[in-house]
Formats: sequence, structure tokens, C-alpha cells
Amino acid sequence: MTTIVEGAAAAAALTAEHPLNLPPPSASRRRLRRERSLPQAPLPAPPRAEHPLPDQSDWTFELIELYHEKIRAAAERFALDTYPNQLEVITAEQMMDAYASVGMPVNYRHWSYGKEFISNERSYRRGQMGLAYEIVINSDPCISYLMEENTTAMQALVIAHAAYGHNSFFKGNYLFRLWTDASSIIDYLVYARNYIAECEEKHGMQAVEDILDSCHALQNYGVDRYHRPSKISLAEERARREERLAYAQAQVNDIWRTLPKRPGRAGEGDEQKRFPSEPQENLLYFIEKNAPLLEPWQREVVRIVRKIAQYFYPQRQTQVMNEGWATFWHHQLLNTLYDEGHLTDGVMIEWLKSHTNVIFQPPVGHRAYSGLNPYALGFAMYTDIKRVCEQPTDEDREWFPGLAGTPWLPALHHAMRNFKDESFIGQYLSPKVIRDMRLFAIVDDEHQDHLRVSAIHDTQGYREVREALSRQYDLATREPDIQVWSVNLRGDRSLTLRHTRHSNRPLHDSAQEVLKHVARLWGFGVNLESVDQWGDVSSHWSIAPPEHSLS
Amino acid sequence: MLQQIIDRRLAGKNKSIGNRERFLRRYQGQLRDAVRKAIDKRGIRDVEQGEDIHIPKRDISEPTFGHGAGGAREIVHPGNQEYVRGDHIERPQGGSGRGGGSGQASDSGEGEDDFVFHLTKEEFMQIFFDDLALPRLMRTQLAETPEMKSHRAGYSNAGTPSNLSVIRSMRGAISRRVAIGSGSRAELLALEERLAELPDVLDAAQELAKKEIEERIAQLRARLERIPYLDPIDLRFRNRVRLPVPTAKAVMFCLMDVSGSMDEARKDLSKRFFILLYLFLTRHYEKIDIVFIRHHTQAQEVDEENFFRARETGGTVVSSALVLMDEIIRARYSPTDWNIYAAQASDGDNWHHDSGRCRELLTESILPKCRYFAYVQVADEEQNLWEEYARLQEVQKHFAMRKVTQPSQIYPVFRDLFKAEGAAA
Repeated sequence: MTTIVEGAAAAAALTAEHPLNLPPPSASRRRLRRERSLPQAPLPAPPRAEHPLPDQSDWTFELIELYHEKIRAAAERFALDTYPNQLEVITAEQMMDAYASVGMPVNYRHWSYGKEFISNERSYRRGQMGLAYEIVINSDPCISYLMEENTTAMQALVIAHAAYGHNSFFKGNYLFRLWTDASSIIDYLVYARNYIAECEEKHGMQAVEDILDSCHALQNYGVDRYHRPSKISLAEERARREERLAYAQAQVNDIWRTLPKRPGRAGEGDEQKRFPSEPQENLLYFIEKNAPLLEPWQREVVRIVRKIAQYFYPQRQTQVMNEGWATFWHHQLLNTLYDEGHLTDGVMIEWLKSHTNVIFQPPVGHRAYSGLNPYALGFAMYTDIKRVCEQPTDEDREWFPGLAGTPWLPALHHAMRNFKDESFIGQYLSPKVIRDMRLFAIVDDEHQDHLRVSAIHDTQGYREVREALSRQYDLATREPDIQVWSVNLRGDRSLTLRHTRHSNRPLHDSAQEVLKHVARLWGFGVNLESVDQWGDVSSHWSIAPPEHSLS
Repeated sequence: MLQQIIDRRLAGKNKSIGNRERFLRRYQGQLRDAVRKAIDKRGIRDVEQGEDIHIPKRDISEPTFGHGAGGAREIVHPGNQEYVRGDHIERPQGGSGRGGGSGQASDSGEGEDDFVFHLTKEEFMQIFFDDLALPRLMRTQLAETPEMKSHRAGYSNAGTPSNLSVIRSMRGAISRRVAIGSGSRAELLALEERLAELPDVLDAAQELAKKEIEERIAQLRARLERIPYLDPIDLRFRNRVRLPVPTAKAVMFCLMDVSGSMDEARKDLSKRFFILLYLFLTRHYEKIDIVFIRHHTQAQEVDEENFFRARETGGTVVSSALVLMDEIIRARYSPTDWNIYAAQASDGDNWHHDSGRCRELLTESILPKCRYFAYVQVADEEQNLWEEYARLQEVQKHFAMRKVTQPSQIYPVFRDLFKAEGAAA
């Protein structure tokens, strides 16, 4: 989401992968800031520049500052509110290092990052993959990496895209404001890395690796979807750790109390109390708090993985919006600078070429097709919102009565702040974009012999395409819905998870493997039931208790 | 709001080294197999190279919950060309039209694509050594070039008295004396001239001046005399540095029994045995020739390919190989020019009248010419050859023998060789 990669195919490939592979953004403030009042229109432009900025292709630090200053001034006129920017110049090797640690400047050590690094390095060396021109981190100050190899024009593009586009998105979008804390993430990662390194020293690499493997298998199920996470500073985090570990252990012990009840209260114990009292969606949280056999340090590791997964959670839900926003603004800002006489034709041609590659959407059936390109879709939608505001047609007035003809700048900011991909598409995907991209929906039902085209870009189809696409970006439908269902408190202590089928889609075979990881964390047997739409258990996996517990 | 631009380019790359190590550690088993296979395929001389390692993607996937094929779903695609609502499309073979959630699932799916990466030369050798259970000290010796030769490297101002360079030191002392005394000497010269210019008859004032001049002259003379003739800072010592050098040339004889009883596994063990000796030699000699001699009842000099691949049947006469080796030494490798090493591998099976002759050949003609002769028996039972050789081992210091059924047992055969080397270095 935060990478610009040469060629849309590569971009799509990157974004479609594991969510954590993407260089991240995110963070939350202690209290939601009040939105600044927005100007109804961009502030007036200064007089046209007499000379364009120098356009030699080799960049220098002075040149970057020069370009940055112009871009900053333009962004300010469009009321882009950002964290302070910190631009870091790095080499290609460092870029690959950054890739391997999910884009973060620091991260704990794990073999899977090594794997990532090795495969990136290999495809890069063989020329199969262009490196992203930039990575931007949702932190305060917002860190953007500029690659040494980029030309001046590309650096300008990256600054506009990352340092103003993504940065303002991180600061403005409600998900990021709710769920992530930009000011503390780097500190937390440093803490995580040190803690994991300490654990490796104390308990051995193998033990730590086992725990991390298991947690990684569940990291998509380590997020709170509805509760807000607590936000505390690093110092508090550290101070509370000891206390928390001791306390958590005591709590766990309490749940698993094996002493017989006092005779006088025997009556209460008869009725089997259900545990947990209601299904839990955050598997890692549940394990951290309740797994009987985990040692305190293991609980802390679970917690670290869970916290980091939570940090990335908003990114996974705002791919289209985030990339679209950044792409829209680099386009807007650089064009504005050109209109004001700051950019030469050469610079324009260069970044436009790159821009065109990034928003290329190969049609279905094309050799390079690998799903919708979030850059293309997002860019088209923001551009279309601006169009609807400025030059509404009758169709737009009918579809977007509240939007058509209003000032575009506040409308656009509103669209950026208050939505995630699912709701953004549900709200703003216009018939014109559907027509332009020739979107169509296909139903794939296992009970039918054929795929069926359910809607295309016609009057009957607009709404259906829009709904289908919105659902497609809904994490809840993309990922299987699996929750903690019950724990057998009185018998073998086994844990039962329940998968509720959506549209009767079954689980992938890897479920059995994941379940082994759950069993390793839980320490006793684990069952997984897949429940269809009629409430019947249609398939069932189970894992016997591990031979010996985690050591 | 630009806080700052930071140039991180010098901040160091390779932050992922730790992650890479963890990855290699995790897949040690596969790596070891891959290295084993690679060694089988390689010639002895090509052992020291990196290698591309293939690991099935399935083995290294990280499982996550995901949707499998089946159920119903609706997917939106761009770029509609011809379809209208209600059209039916043939289901593409091989499963799912892909959409949002299926990307991950197919990643971990049954795709038989291998995960390929390159093991560097160092990593490759590391695993090879692990396999042979080489002791640590040994590895560093093999990894470095312990043979050193000392070279002149100019002069230094510290050293032992025996390395003192008298001429250099004296030359330095003269320059120093000239340099330090130049000011005083010039003044002295000037004063002496003035003294000489004074008239013979002096008035009182001149008398006083003369006295002053003479005092000054005495002072300067004293100062000049105090300049040391030889000062510690003048001393120069001949400096020598020790540089690693491959010293000379060596020839390595590989002798192997290829009779019917030597199966692939035994040959593989033998190969490792030869490789290890070869590696040892490469550290010490600039030029190494390898001579491959295989034998059953007759010996034959062959190339490497035939040495390891070919298989013959029939009896075994070990001495035939030794005779051939002796002939080759006489013809091509004079012991005065060449360091001769020999490695012999056999399953111990020999025609029983022959073993005594082997011992004789070794004692009388071969061992005197060899720097080291190592014998491994890749089978367990002791036969007459083993017994005869065992008698040799007691008297000959540079003869080593060992029974080997696993790669890790090979190293001790060379223990003496490496030990001696360690002491010499």
C-alpha cells in the first residue's frame, strides 16, 4: 500500500500478498484530534515562478530541499495535514532490508523475514522485480525512504506521494487515528526486538522460534476489531510488564483451579459454566490471557505479535483508499507545480511515465492480470469524486445528491477521513468509474457448472457491482470467520474454535497446520468446527494434545 | 513540515543477516541434503563453490487460515469486453478465479515451485565441514592459509637488537646531528669570523666585546657537544613481515578399490575422504596434481569421472595399485620436486597373499617418498589387509589408517597431518 513499484502488475503482486509484507503505516493519538476546519477551496496560488526548478537528473540534497519546499507549500494550500516529515536516503540493499522487516526500520529477528529477504534479493538480482521507489512508515515524524538510485524527478514524485499523500492519510483516516499510535510505534518495535533477543538468550532460539511461528500463523486473528486498544507510552509499557506477567499467571491459574469446591457451595459447581462466556474473535488475546501452560515470557511474545498485528490492521483495510489518496495527491500536487511554472517538461514527462505505469490496470484475461490494482481503482475514484463536485452530470446528481456541485476539497477530505475500503467503495463508486473500468461481477458457485456473470456496467448492474466490490474489500469476508467457541474446563481442557461459513465457503487445507500451532500455544487438544449457514457442523478438525508442553 | 533529510546510505546494510542465519538454521536438514547431493555431482576440484539450493515451497510456507475452493462467491473484475448479464462462462480448469482472499491460499498451495536461493561458498563449506565433524580449530586452518613466509618490509623504529641496521641508524644519526646543530653552528661560524676580524690591539670596549664573543663561542661549542652522537630515535631495525604463501607443488594420489563390493555409499564415503585431503592440500600448495588410480585385480590410471562412476567386478589385488603409483612417481613426480600425498580407500577385501606384499611395497618404496599416506577402510570387518597395515601404523609416523562408516569418522584419519601442520604454523 505504501510502495510505488514499477509497473502495475508488480504493484498488484506486492499488495495482494501477505498483508504484513507491505511496508506499513499506522498509529493513533491519545485522543482523536478535532478535525481542522477545511478551506472550501485551495488557497490562492502565488504568482507564476520566473524560472523552473533545476532539472538535472542527478539529485542533490539542496535540490531535494528545494523541491520539497515547493511541494510542501502546494500541499499546504490544499490543506493536507501531515506529521512532520523525515526523509531518509537509502541504497537498494537497504531497501531490501527494509522489505524483509515488513518495511519497518527495526523489527525482531525471525526466519520468515530471512526467507522474505532471500527471495526478494534473488528476484531483484535476476531483474524480475523492480524495487519500490519508496517506503513510508506511519510514525511521527513520518519516515519516508528515498532510494539513492532515483532521479530528481522521481524523488519529487516520491516526496509528493509518500511524504504528503500517505502521510496525510495516516494522520487523517479514522482507522489509523483509532488503532495506531504513530508516535510510539518505533519505540515499541525497538522494545520488541530487544525483548525477543533477550528471550532467545535466556530460553534458546528454538523455543522462541516455535512460539513466534505459532503466533505468526494466527496473527490475522490477533486483532481487536471493535474494542479500542489501550494506548500507553513505552515507559508505562515497560513498567507494567512485570506486574502484568505476574498477574496474568495468577489469573490463568485461577481459571484452571483444581481444588475441590467447598462442600457448602457444591450446588453452584454443578451447572457447567460456559467458558468463555461468549465467543472471542481475538484468538491471540484469548491465548495470551488464558492458555494454561504458557510461561510469562511466552505470553509477552504472544502479546508483541498481537500488538504489531493490530498496528497493521488499518492498513489491510485501506489499501485502495490509501494508495488512491497518495496517487491522487502526487498527481494533483505535481500538476499544480507545473502550472505555476516550477517544473520543466522533462521532469513532467518522467514522473508521468512512472505514474502511468503505477495506475495501469490490465483487463481480465491479460497476461499481467492479477486482480484489481488498488492504485488504479483508488486514483480513479478520488479523481471521480472531484469531477462529481466540479462538473456533475444528471446521473451524478441522482446518485450523489449530497456531493454533486459542492466544493471538492472538503468533499475529498471527508472521503479520506471517515471510511475504509469497504465503505468507501460502497459510498463513492460511481457509475462512471464502473463504466470506465468496465467492471463486471462473476458468481462462482460450486453447485453450478458454469460461472455466471451477475452484473455488468449497465443501469441494472451498477448497484450490484458496487455492492459486490465493496464486499470483496471487506476483511470479514476475505478472511474466514474463526472464533474461540469453548474450552472444556472439566475434562481434557481442550479448546474448541468455530468457523462460521460465509457463503458456504470452506476452509483451506492449511487449517490443519494452523491448528497444530494453536495446540502448541494452548498446550492441550484443539478442535475446529466449521459451521455452515444452517448451523450444522459440516467439517471438523482436531489435534491431539502436544506430547510435552512448551518448554 | 520538513523535519530533516537524513543520509542513511552509510548506516550499513545487511540488517537481515540475522534473519538469514535463522532461516538457514531452520532448514539445516534440507541444506545438508542439498550439499550432500551437490558434492556427489561435483569434481573434487570444484568443491569450493556456492550452490543454488532448492527447497519445495510447501516445506517453507507459513500456514494461515484461508478460504479453500468451493462455496459461492462473487468477484469483480475489470476490463469486460463481451459479457452481458446472465452469461455463463466455462469454469477455468485448475480452480478458482482469483479474488481478494484467495491470494494467500494459493501461495501455500500445492504449487511445486521450489524456493531457490544461493548458498555462498562459505556457507556451503560450513555445512560440508559440519558433516565431516571437523573440529573448530581445523576449520579455521582449512579456511585460512597457514603457511607463512617472512618478507622484508623496509625498516621500523622498534625491534630486537639482532635486527638492528647499523648503517641506517648511523645515517639517521648524522642527519639528526646536522639538523639539530645547524642553528648553533651557523652562529658559531659568524662569531668566529667576527673574532678573527678584531684588530690585534684592542681598546677597552673591544676587549669587552671580545670577551663576550669568546664566552658565547664557548657556550655554543658546549651546546654542540651536548648533541648526542647516537640517540634512541636514530635506531632503525630491519623489518620483516610474515606473508602467507602457497609454498610449492604437490601431487595427490587417490587410490580406490572398484571391485564389486564397493557400492555407491562406500564410494561416496571415499569421495569425501579424497575431498578433505584435497582441501587440505589446496591451503598449502600452489599447484596440485591429482592422480586417480582405480584397481580391482589390475590397476589403471583414469580421470575423475571414470574413477567415481565405473564399476568392475572380480577379485582384488591391492598391490597392483601401489605398483602403478610407484611407477607414476618415478616417471612424473620426482620426490625432490613434489610433495607426495596419497589417499587410499578400500573395503578391506584383498587377495590374501597380496596383503603382505602391499606392506612391503609401502615400507620400501612408497612411504619413504610420501609426505603422508592415509588409508580408510569403508567397511567394518577386519581382513588381512587391515592387519598388515596395522603393523605399518605402529612404525611409520606419516601413515594413518581408520575404519569409516560415516562421514564424521573421516576426519580423524587426517588428525596427525593437521596436528603437525598446526604445530608448524
